Amino acid sequence: MIDLVLNPPNFLIMALIGGLLVALISAPLGTFMVWQKQSYFGATLAHSALLGVSLGMIMQIDLTLSILVTSVIIGVALFYLAQKSSLSSDTLLGILAHSSLALGLVLLSFQPNIQLDLMRYLFGDILSINLDDIQLLSALLVLTLLFFAKYWQSLLNITLNIELAAVEGIATKSIQLSYILLLALLIALAIKVVGILLITSLLIVPAAAAHRLSNTPEQMLGFTLVGGLISVILGLATSIGFDTPAGPSIVMVATALFLLSLLKKAQ
Amino acid sequence: MKINSNPKIRSFLIKADHIHHFYDEKEVLSNVSLTIRAKEIVTLIGPNGAGKSTLLKILLGLIPASKGKVSRQANLKIGFMPQKVQLDSSLPLTVEGFLNLANSQQPLLSRLKSLLRTEATPFQTHVIQAMTLLKIEDLAKQQIKNLSGGEFQRVLLARAIVSKPDLLVLDEPVQGVDLQGQTELYYLINQIKDELGCGILMVSHDLHVVMKSTNRVLCLNQHLCCSGHPSQLSEDPSFQKIFGNEFEELAVYEHHHNPTQCDHTHGQHSQTAEQSHGHHHD
Repeated sequence: MIDLVLNPPNFLIMALIGGLLVALISAPLGTFMVWQKQSYFGATLAHSALLGVSLGMIMQIDLTLSILVTSVIIGVALFYLAQKSSLSSDTLLGILAHSSLALGLVLLSFQPNIQLDLMRYLFGDILSINLDDIQLLSALLVLTLLFFAKYWQSLLNITLNIELAAVEGIATKSIQLSYILLLALLIALAIKVVGILLITSLLIVPAAAAHRLSNTPEQMLGFTLVGGLISVILGLATSIGFDTPAGPSIVMVATALFLLSLLKKAQ
Repeated sequence: MKINSNPKIRSFLIKADHIHHFYDEKEVLSNVSLTIRAKEIVTLIGPNGAGKSTLLKILLGLIPASKGKVSRQANLKIGFMPQKVQLDSSLPLTVEGFLNLANSQQPLLSRLKSLLRTEATPFQTHVIQAMTLLKIEDLAKQQIKNLSGGEFQRVLLARAIVSKPDLLVLDEPVQGVDLQGQTELYYLINQIKDELGCGILMVSHDLHVVMKSTNRVLCLNQHLCCSGHPSQLSEDPSFQKIFGNEFEELAVYEHHHNPTQCDHTHGQHSQTAEQSHGHHHD
């Protein structure tokens, strides 16, 4: 154990860096997910990632690429469907989330030759993070930083009241769509860290924990950031120390932080 | 029938020409034309489903009209107070923070610069002026989610005037506010008009009450069925046809009323929200 800390193997360093990058990117995306009540949207994107896995296997292309492309397509489709459809977005998301998951599983069953470890995708496999993943996550971090540096306030206005934002001259549609694209990209890349079933919790639990401690949106972002980083570090440590699965351990730490935040009286 | 309360012809702020609008096949607005001039208070009334919100969205440029044309004065600045905003309590935001968000178009670099300077930027001065005008300075550090209905409407109104608009568009500004709060809000709206010299377009679903100093009431029911000064409108046969005969017996917009005596008539009968100094509009 001590040897692992003093002289960590390469894969552990990669796992830590990858996890921390995901926590950094998740903080602004997750706070807005909570503010816009989009957690079901995130879950739908995550579920559709399994469809990406299946399609990637059928077409024999790189799985990360096929997950990325599928996520982005589903994200954009959801964005436009929600604007056009008369069905409530809740129902719409429910249909899409589970039909894409089901379709993914059915497609996988058509390929008996392929042995796929489903658990890796459902619950994450942080120790398999490689340099490519780190590079992709770093690029996404830069994109996310650029986006929020320019549009943090605009996205807040859109979240508060989209009509008021539009009257005040904010390009509501393109900014909201960009946010959704970033979310789709993050979810696609973060599946390795916590898996399809747990990715939304990594986005919303630190933000929910930060909520009670904050008086301003910026404060909430700060606390979310700290909470996310702590969750990844402690979660990985727990995973190593007690030989528990890494993704669920990270989510457990985040949930513990959330429960701690409940101790503070509501303002 | 069109009556302009003020015979002086002033330049228009916003003008709609023969607007038609359809949702699917259904016509929700039919041949609506209207002009709003500077320093004029126009109240748009109509029953539910009359197309008030649609017309407002078209005027604000949020949706294009199916047919017809909207023209605006060049560089028209619009301040907008949306209808009863439901704010999500998961977003921690102070009143001050909410008002400062009106400046979201400011590029990042100049925002950082303004942080370094100690004296207030012109925008910060505007925020303070808006808070003073609406008497919400004491609420500056309060969380938005903890405000009462009336307080929150005042904060929304402040947000609408921060940018010193030429035209103020208010969508049901007194909805969900008690009678005393309504009187107060109307009083503040009047003050804003005097202070900023802006035109005001106000939407109300309340057919019985319009603000005392309204210059013109437009009555919408898919088409503009009548318009005119509040005192003329209740006698207009087309108004009576649509909104019923009960109005014959009620002095609709000219009723002088004392808020302390009429809590039993809430909502059903005529109540005129007057500003507290209550003089007649000239």
